[in-house]
Amino acid sequence: MIIIGAVLGALLTIAPGLIWLERRMLALWQDRYGPNRAGPFGLLVVLADTIKLFFKEDWIPPFADKFVFVIAPAIVAITVLMSFVVVPFAPGIVVSDLNVGILFFLAMSSMGAYSIILGGWASNNKYSLLGAMRGAAQLISYEVFMGLSLMGVVLMSGSFSLNDIVEAQRGMWYVVPQFFGFLMFFIAGVAETHRLPFDIPEAESELVAGFHSEYSGMKFGLFFVGEYLGITLISSVTVVLFFGGWLGPEFLPPVAWFALKTFGFIIFFILLRASLPRPRYDQLMEFGWKILFPLTLLNLVATATILLWLET
Amino acid sequence: MVTLWLPLGRLKEVLYFLKTDHRPAYRFLYDITAIDERSRKKDPSNPSEHFTLVYHLFSYGGNGFLRLKVALKEGELSVPSITNLWANANWYEREVFDMFGIRFEGHPHLTRILMPLTWEGHPLRKEHPARATEMGPFRLWDEKQDREQEALQFNPEDWGLERQSDDSDFMFLNIGPQHPGTHGVIRLVLQLDGEDIVDIVPDIGFHHRGAEKMAERQSWHTYIPYTDRIDYLGGVNNNLAYLLSIEKLAGITVPERANVIRIMLCELFRIASHLVWYGTFAQDVGQLSPVFYMFTDRERVFDIIEAVCGGRMHPNWFRIGGVAQDLPLGWEKLVKTFIDYFPKRLKEYDDLVMRNSLFKARTIGIGIFTTEEAIEWGVTGAGLRACGFDWDFRKKQPYSGYENFDFDVPLGENGDCYDRAKVRVEEMRQSLRIVEQCMKNMPEGPYKAEHPLTTPPVKKQTMKDIETLITHFLGVSWGPVIPAGEAMVCTEATKGANSYYAISDGNTSPYRMRIRTPSFAHMQTVPYISRGYTVADLLSILGAMDYVLADIDR
Repeated sequence: MIIIGAVLGALLTIAPGLIWLERRMLALWQDRYGPNRAGPFGLLVVLADTIKLFFKEDWIPPFADKFVFVIAPAIVAITVLMSFVVVPFAPGIVVSDLNVGILFFLAMSSMGAYSIILGGWASNNKYSLLGAMRGAAQLISYEVFMGLSLMGVVLMSGSFSLNDIVEAQRGMWYVVPQFFGFLMFFIAGVAETHRLPFDIPEAESELVAGFHSEYSGMKFGLFFVGEYLGITLISSVTVVLFFGGWLGPEFLPPVAWFALKTFGFIIFFILLRASLPRPRYDQLMEFGWKILFPLTLLNLVATATILLWLET
Repeated sequence: MVTLWLPLGRLKEVLYFLKTDHRPAYRFLYDITAIDERSRKKDPSNPSEHFTLVYHLFSYGGNGFLRLKVALKEGELSVPSITNLWANANWYEREVFDMFGIRFEGHPHLTRILMPLTWEGHPLRKEHPARATEMGPFRLWDEKQDREQEALQFNPEDWGLERQSDDSDFMFLNIGPQHPGTHGVIRLVLQLDGEDIVDIVPDIGFHHRGAEKMAERQSWHTYIPYTDRIDYLGGVNNNLAYLLSIEKLAGITVPERANVIRIMLCELFRIASHLVWYGTFAQDVGQLSPVFYMFTDRERVFDIIEAVCGGRMHPNWFRIGGVAQDLPLGWEKLVKTFIDYFPKRLKEYDDLVMRNSLFKARTIGIGIFTTEEAIEWGVTGAGLRACGFDWDFRKKQPYSGYENFDFDVPLGENGDCYDRAKVRVEEMRQSLRIVEQCMKNMPEGPYKAEHPLTTPPVKKQTMKDIETLITHFLGVSWGPVIPAGEAMVCTEATKGANSYYAISDGNTSPYRMRIRTPSFAHMQTVPYISRGYTVADLLSILGAMDYVLADIDR
């Protein structure tokens, strides 16, 4: 119970913190100031934003499908939070060490795509609909190789439990033997969080705001929080699977190592957003199916072969 | 420029001959416009009493314009359409219909283009009021509001568009009037099959401010600031296009120093305009950061422009016969700093944008047109050069002394969005070369011509010579009287061929001012070049086109 509370508390403070961090980092990379007036380093701007979102009119467009419209933003927040259940932050600090942790994570995180599809559909707006369609197209292009890219790790550690996988990396982080697996998982992860360069369902310059064009107030806020939690989730899972989780030299506690590594990936997410343009969704599908999917298969086969060869 | 009067009956025949059989062939329909002659001061060489229809043709082979005029009588305002001869005649004929009420028989869709569909009267006719104070108070009754809103509804059948094909229903999607990807108020109605574009109907005119009508009540001098606001990114390039025509009418020779100052500022504005295009284009394909770097660099250009002109985007700096003031002390240092600074940045942007593989994936092979198609549709500027066609009015018909400068005309090969971008990026380097040559070879001498029509006139003789005093007084109070006649000088503006067709009947203000802008012609090509691409590609096409809304609608 305490762990659940702590994790929930930490995550829900991280999301707004990330919004501030992203705005400051983007500003740094784009030669401007970013929010720097409200409070020390502009930190209070997040508070102001949150208050604003809370007090905005809770508006549902009259042409929308009300029930689905309301449920959609909740789905993304719930599924992402649920995925954190299996993430081990340090030895013993995990909500539930499921023995099918990876599968649970994959299942939960891909449910998040429903919020895009349902939200876009329920808005009954042409731009939202196009965004939703793109979201669906994107889902089928990354989901397959996302799962497959992790199978190398599973083969090497012999377990689906994230705790065991971290423990198995005492000798060497999996990023070395599973470098391609890492690359592909991370690309799929960016696509999963719908961040630039894969913010195709949102695509501001094309679809205004894509699937969430009609959303405002706290319902929009939930999409927003879901996005930032998604970044945190993909970063922490990458750390757990490929970068040794909490493992690190003694002078820092394990949680600190975990947080530091995750933080590094979060910054990388923001850097990606600052630097890359977005491909067309058919280009992403082509890239997924024609290049990444065969490569992940190859990676899996190669890992299996080498493991078998080492055993015999 | 050769002007020919044609009898109405032989119009199509002659135009057909000029386009196909004449050598050199006049392949490029540069402009179609009209003049309301009813209150023009009588001139024996002008056989038209009521309305005159004017066609401007251009021959790339012969490097020359041809002006064809047709006299029309009130009550018989009907001429055959030439849309089957030139594809780009479509919008020009609609504009003439909108502004003058001249009907074009056989036009596929003769409706208003710039004014609202419910508008009454034809604005460029002389009897139409030029400002709200000449009209009754504006009232919007409920019924009227309903009528106006009804008129904004898009009805695909009006445009000959199907609502469904054999296997799918089409979706009609409004891009605009408010949309982050259109850079201003324009509405593109997309006919979509999934995300594939079947057809597009552009709806323009949201930015129409009646710049041509305004000219008729401004003095020749006070119209200069209005030109700033046509291509509002091009600044003094608009001043130049306008003033070259006026100076031709007035017979003013601009002193050398004024010419070099003009060229230097024009090229600085070309860089500033291309920087805006560069950044926003990158943003259109999803790259967030470049636009910030490029706007910062544009500020550096504006630092120079501000030091010289006082203004930034709307400098209002050129004058009839020269420029407003001499260059400020220390201008060389400002220019020098920028010349040293900018090439490094351009190189960085190449790495950031032009060599980015995702950027290439979004632009290479998208929105292709050939040289033939570009000429047929009246595409000029970087779009034309991206097809590999070497045409720059600064080289081919040098004005203001461009012939004295050493610069290259960058060319593309494939005529796609990437090549259009490549040409513009290289143009910035060439502009910088011109600016550097201006800085190194700035001639001494006066910054405005010693001509009675120079405005404001040279003052130094006024206290010694009564004639000069009178001219000065009249020039400053009434404004200069430009001799009767017509003139048009084509300039290479930031976005393509830009010119002002100035018509004077010997008065203190223009009788008619026709502004031919490149963006209008370019926007007309959008449906043609976007068919079969996706919505995402449309944003690349629009971004690579580099249009400005005020330059389309005027």
